Amino acid sequence: MSGARSAGRARRAGLATLALLVLTLLAALARLALGSRIATPADIVEVLTGGGRGALRFMILEDRLPAVVAGVLSGAALALAGGLFQRLLRNPLASPDVIGVGYGASAATVVGLLVFGLSGPALTAASLLGALAVAGAILAMASGRGEMGTRLVLSGIAIGAALAAVVNLLLTRTDVRSAADALRWLTGSVSDTAWGALGWLAAALVPLGLAAAGLTRPLRLLELGDDVARALGTRVTAVRVGVVAVGAALCAAAVAVVGPLSFVAFMCHPLATRLLGGRGNLAVTAVTGSALVVVADVAATHLFGIGNGVPVGVLTGALGAVVLLVLLSKERGRA
Amino acid sequence: MSLGARPRGSAGRVTLVAAALLVLLALAAGASLAVGARAYSLEQVWRALLDPTAAGDAGVVVRSRLPRTLNGALVGAALALCGALMQAATRNPLADAGLLGLNAGSALAVVTGIGVFGLGAVSPLSWFALAGAAVAAILVHAIAARGAGGATPLKLALAGAALGAGLASVTQAVLLRGQDELEAFRFWQVGSLAAREPGQVLVPGLVLALGAGLALFCSPALDRLALGDDVAASLGTHPARVRGLALAAAVLLAGAATTIAGPIAFVGLVVPHALRPLVGNRQGVLAPLTLLAGPVLVLAADTIGRVVAPPGEVPVGVMTALAGAPVFLVLIRLTGRGARRREALA
Repeated sequence: MSGARSAGRARRAGLATLALLVLTLLAALARLALGSRIATPADIVEVLTGGGRGALRFMILEDRLPAVVAGVLSGAALALAGGLFQRLLRNPLASPDVIGVGYGASAATVVGLLVFGLSGPALTAASLLGALAVAGAILAMASGRGEMGTRLVLSGIAIGAALAAVVNLLLTRTDVRSAADALRWLTGSVSDTAWGALGWLAAALVPLGLAAAGLTRPLRLLELGDDVARALGTRVTAVRVGVVAVGAALCAAAVAVVGPLSFVAFMCHPLATRLLGGRGNLAVTAVTGSALVVVADVAATHLFGIGNGVPVGVLTGALGAVVLLVLLSKERGRA
Repeated sequence: MSLGARPRGSAGRVTLVAAALLVLLALAAGASLAVGARAYSLEQVWRALLDPTAAGDAGVVVRSRLPRTLNGALVGAALALCGALMQAATRNPLADAGLLGLNAGSALAVVTGIGVFGLGAVSPLSWFALAGAAVAAILVHAIAARGAGGATPLKLALAGAALGAGLASVTQAVLLRGQDELEAFRFWQVGSLAAREPGQVLVPGLVLALGAGLALFCSPALDRLALGDDVAASLGTHPARVRGLALAAAVLLAGAATTIAGPIAFVGLVVPHALRPLVGNRQGVLAPLTLLAGPVLVLAADTIGRVVAPPGEVPVGVMTALAGAPVFLVLIRLTGRGARRREALA
């Protein structure tokens, strides 16, 4: 690896990060400004620095700003979770939302919502437990000797399908209004997020983000092949379990707060890799996730439908299918 | 074990398995007619079938369960054969209508039918289900077949899961717009064998028969494909043409099953896997036997679903997924172990 090339790569990563941050900031400003009452940039600055008048101040601080913060945090968490799984399993399609971790949270939340009538923090805790339980189950199923990747993916798909059946069953066992509420949660939305939950998510992100950063180097060694990694002193199984645990916890934390935003975990790492010209970088992946969710939220809130728009999960899911097509056709070029 | 004396796939052994499946099918059909909110003995069921007027209320109840049993048998046969066919055609032991996104395609098409065209009746909706399954099958296969290595099992499974999730999110967008759509859809998506009268099953039944005929016709060619595309081509088989034909048959079978009962997962996956250790991998033998074994599973799941959580019923689509997932997990572990053992021997 020559010094000039690695310097060029660092510059490109810096530029990409800067561009993504500017995009996120612009989208955030749009989200803060637009609504039933339009806020000027001066209004926004005034409110954020502690001033401002009654109604507009309330709208910005209690409605629009939480949505932006939720988008930034959950986007970064989901993208990082997806990137960790995809790099570990060396498959761009093996993200936690595709392989069942998200279904764990969905099933637990729908049970909590429709069977036990939970709400607020209790519901958040239920969905967190659900996601972690599925991650543990998949890990246990896939453990043992031999190749882990394929079994992990397929166990996840099977467990996810069984949990989806449970969710479908519960949706038929309630009145249509509750079913619609549950469906809204199942789609994933960053609006109506409480500040308390966001503080909790931010607090969870700090240690998990640090752990992900610490796992980056061993992960890169694993990409050279198990034997090489072992020869270089990497404890292969410990790294694998660590990556799956951190990735699942990131996914679980985000899903517990904003719901299973479809495909954010799936598509951010491939997008970031493309932005960087073919070499992945998990930090850029996280920033991509934030940018994507905040931009998608502006579009979902103000471009689609009337009133409160559609939940952002609808938009991220539809985008995912398109990204999938692009990804798989690119693979042909490389072959 | 007396079976062990005969080699897999030998005529005697296949006859034995077929006879055992026929007995099981008769038992499952009898249980499906006998069990429910009011239960009867198999003897009462038999008498009610022979002479409904003499059997009193048993005659009425058993007769009313007859269409449901018939639907279960049709759906089970179609899904199991479809699974065997897709597994052989894609050389992917994990292929199944639910995993490969066909059901998600059907669901989106059905929701579109309800939401955009205002359809409420079951009959026109079912054609949407068939068309949606066809489009999804073509898409998933096209996506997975691109790129290095062609349609590998992992790529097919992931492309199906991912495309399924993408289609599902569009489905959700439509469902979030209106409660009418949700009201109709949430009951459709768990599957039901009781949704259709015998008269309404006629057309899907014909589609199903066409698909089954095509599937059985493909079987010998698929056996040659199992030797590898090059060998098959040198034996005069056209691999791409056979795969296309098999996929078309699979769509007809899966679409007809979805039309009759809604999306039902895992039957197509599990039944061929359960039969292979008994009769071997030959598609010509396996395919006809799935037509007997599939109905056994679906009728059993439906019958258990009726009594497992009284006073309500657990829909058949949910029962097959809940029972099928553990089986699938065991299969994954077993095939992994088998592959490692072969590696160790090599």
